[in-house]
Amino acid sequence: MNNPPEKVVLRINRGEENDATGRWEQYTVPYSDGMVVLDAVLEVQARQAPDLAVRWNCKAAKCGSCSAEVCGKPRLMCKTLLEELDYLQPIVVSPLRTFRRIRDLVTDVAWNYRVNEMIAPFRARLDRKWKFFQRDVERAQEMRKCIECFLCQDVCHVLRYQTEDKPQFAGPRFFARTAALDFHPMDSVERTEFLTREGGIGLCNITKCCTDVCPEGINITDNAIIPEKERIVDAHADPLRAAFAAIFSRPKK
Amino acid sequence: MAIAFAGSRHRADVLVIGAGGAGLRAAIEAHAAGANVAVVCKSLLGKAHTVVAEGGIAAAVGSVDPRDDWRAHFRDTMAGGKYINNWKMALLHAQEAPGEVENLERWGALFDRTESGDVMQRLFGGHTYKRLVHVGDRTGLELIRTLQDELVARHIAVFMEYTVTMLVRQNGAIVGAVGYERETGSSFVWEAPAVIVATGGSGRIFSVTSNSWEGTADGQALAFRAGADLMDMEFIQFHPTGMIWPASVRGILVTESVRGEGGYLTNSLGERFMERYDPGRMELSTRDIVARAIYMEVQSGRGTSHGGAYLSIAHKPAAFIKEKLPSMYAQFRDFAHLDITKEPMEVFPTTHYIMGGIRVDAETAATNVPGLYAAGECAGGLHGANRLGGNSLSDLLVFGRRAGASAAEFARAKGYSGIDDAALASAERDMLFAFEANGENPFVVQEDLQTLMMDEVGIYRTEEKLSDAITKIHSLRERARNAHATGTRRYNPSWHTALDVVNMALIAETIARSALVRKESRGAHTRVDAPDLSDELQKVNVIARLVDGDVQVELVGRPALPEELRAIVYPQSEVHT
Repeated sequence: MNNPPEKVVLRINRGEENDATGRWEQYTVPYSDGMVVLDAVLEVQARQAPDLAVRWNCKAAKCGSCSAEVCGKPRLMCKTLLEELDYLQPIVVSPLRTFRRIRDLVTDVAWNYRVNEMIAPFRARLDRKWKFFQRDVERAQEMRKCIECFLCQDVCHVLRYQTEDKPQFAGPRFFARTAALDFHPMDSVERTEFLTREGGIGLCNITKCCTDVCPEGINITDNAIIPEKERIVDAHADPLRAAFAAIFSRPKK
Repeated sequence: MAIAFAGSRHRADVLVIGAGGAGLRAAIEAHAAGANVAVVCKSLLGKAHTVVAEGGIAAAVGSVDPRDDWRAHFRDTMAGGKYINNWKMALLHAQEAPGEVENLERWGALFDRTESGDVMQRLFGGHTYKRLVHVGDRTGLELIRTLQDELVARHIAVFMEYTVTMLVRQNGAIVGAVGYERETGSSFVWEAPAVIVATGGSGRIFSVTSNSWEGTADGQALAFRAGADLMDMEFIQFHPTGMIWPASVRGILVTESVRGEGGYLTNSLGERFMERYDPGRMELSTRDIVARAIYMEVQSGRGTSHGGAYLSIAHKPAAFIKEKLPSMYAQFRDFAHLDITKEPMEVFPTTHYIMGGIRVDAETAATNVPGLYAAGECAGGLHGANRLGGNSLSDLLVFGRRAGASAAEFARAKGYSGIDDAALASAERDMLFAFEANGENPFVVQEDLQTLMMDEVGIYRTEEKLSDAITKIHSLRERARNAHATGTRRYNPSWHTALDVVNMALIAETIARSALVRKESRGAHTRVDAPDLSDELQKVNVIARLVDGDVQVELVGRPALPEELRAIVYPQSEVHT
């Protein structure tokens, strides 16, 4: 086993507003045991480039602020140990590619908040007592673990190549959020219209890239997107249901 | 020649500064009361430090242990705070917390359930009964997401990455706030007849902390400069169990739920040392006592190889640990390559919470400055000398709601009075000082302040160290005022840090000065040169005021506890002041 290096080299993609290409700047920082990428970036900021823009909050993998692409992969910088990477080579850090650059490693994720506003909020049903069990909440709780790091939105090829700034496709984060609401045992709202129209869930071809990058380990594809797709099919394209509908909606003579 | 204010102009009946639990709860309540509300926050929505809260919301719901009620919660909170809490806050808090849990559920929160289909509750240090409503160990996320959803449902405007640098006071009352937008660096002003400060804590003043970068004492400094009193600033909670290893994660929180779910502490000799410090409550003693116990064990040469104590939960089944403490399991697996279902964790105290803060009226959350309200960690009074785990999430709900309601009412009665443009232009000049100054890198000043505070105003304090710290803070305040920002106004952390460190150094001085005059050891404040509780000092709170730029502190008598509540707080009719 190799000894850990005394120093690591960072190659950070910096740039001003809307600069999709940016410029590469190289920095060398001292290495310490258990260091994560965010430690190295903040070390650069504190001593070498005080105006280096980076978003971070908790540094404990709980808030989902420090999303970036590390050596080409969407990661939380606070959760990526340098020792997991090939740290004898330069560590390459660049901003999320799907969103417009604000400055350096900071991107404009406001679009996600606008999509979120389109989802009908939770409204409790009134016909049932407020009593339910752990098994009733587990499906929703898995989706409610989401820390909104938007790594799933960044990696999703449908969003990456969605050019217009309007949600033809809401993205995995918002299918998971819709599912969290739909799975709530007391929820009374129908959201299939959102999923099929503005949400564009049909465009998802379940490549599971979103699930792969989720730092919370949420099984977005299997436990949110596929069940929602099935529900929509049941509601709109079930042949049995269609047959019933055809029979029972026949106008009376 | 007058220079006009160049920034954007906005209006709201109620301006909420901060989008953590207290700010969001306040915004919802002000909106429900009919006010036009705007929320400005330093980070993105949903990232505030509330999100990191793990253990739960303390509320005497009584769904797990029906013996629990508001009286027991009130008594525990007062005892935990070593009886210098604002008793009226502690009373309202205990009475209203259960209703707030119900509100959250109605807005869609999904707490863990009992076998009878009610909310699950867990035990925490200093609480007599199982009281903390929770979702595994990610309760803060559930709370903030639920409030965020309710805000969206109400179409309340949130301005993300907007930082306030000054509250505008005219004819004695607050009339608005000035600040900058992080993205463009341009300035803004909000005209608002009522402003709620809900900016959270100040833990970043210390080098080892569980707090996020945002905990830079902004709100306390804003209110203090606008003339608001601060109280109990000497009480800083050092959470007993922070991670210590590897170095890069030092200070990250290890939730008290580990002990709540049966975890225990040992030293390098394998002794369960809490037997020496609090044999009755052991690991579930209050945080001040457990933190000091760990510190003493390490000082006495019985620490672990990394200089801490062992915290073990490995005697519980692995499935139980993964279900009850999933994020702790992941945190140690990912950062320390340690499997907590098999091996003990290593822990040491970390700066976690400030009990002191902006002095407020219990019922209205109003400060002594008309139009200015404060709620959550930035406010003081509820927790006294030591906060019980779980009492923070309930605090921000109960007093967030009260602040929102009273601010809305005040705004309706007062209306808009206009803002003097000269004041705005001067506030804008002030906010740009670091581009003109030619001093040091603000990150260096910040680091020096953090190290000083940890070393000299930390867990163990003496008159000598505190006096020395005050002298050094003075020079740091000077260095902070001369710190130099490189680059432009666009999303520039060197500029932001220059502004933050001015706030941090000011509040650091209030902490050190308050600690100097409280010549006793009470709760989280430990004076090596005055190790006992003082009956005289139990009768007072330390109040800090800013007089012509100087921090002054004063001992002010506490309102006495009414007779009927005395019987609840001291059930065995002990003699207390």
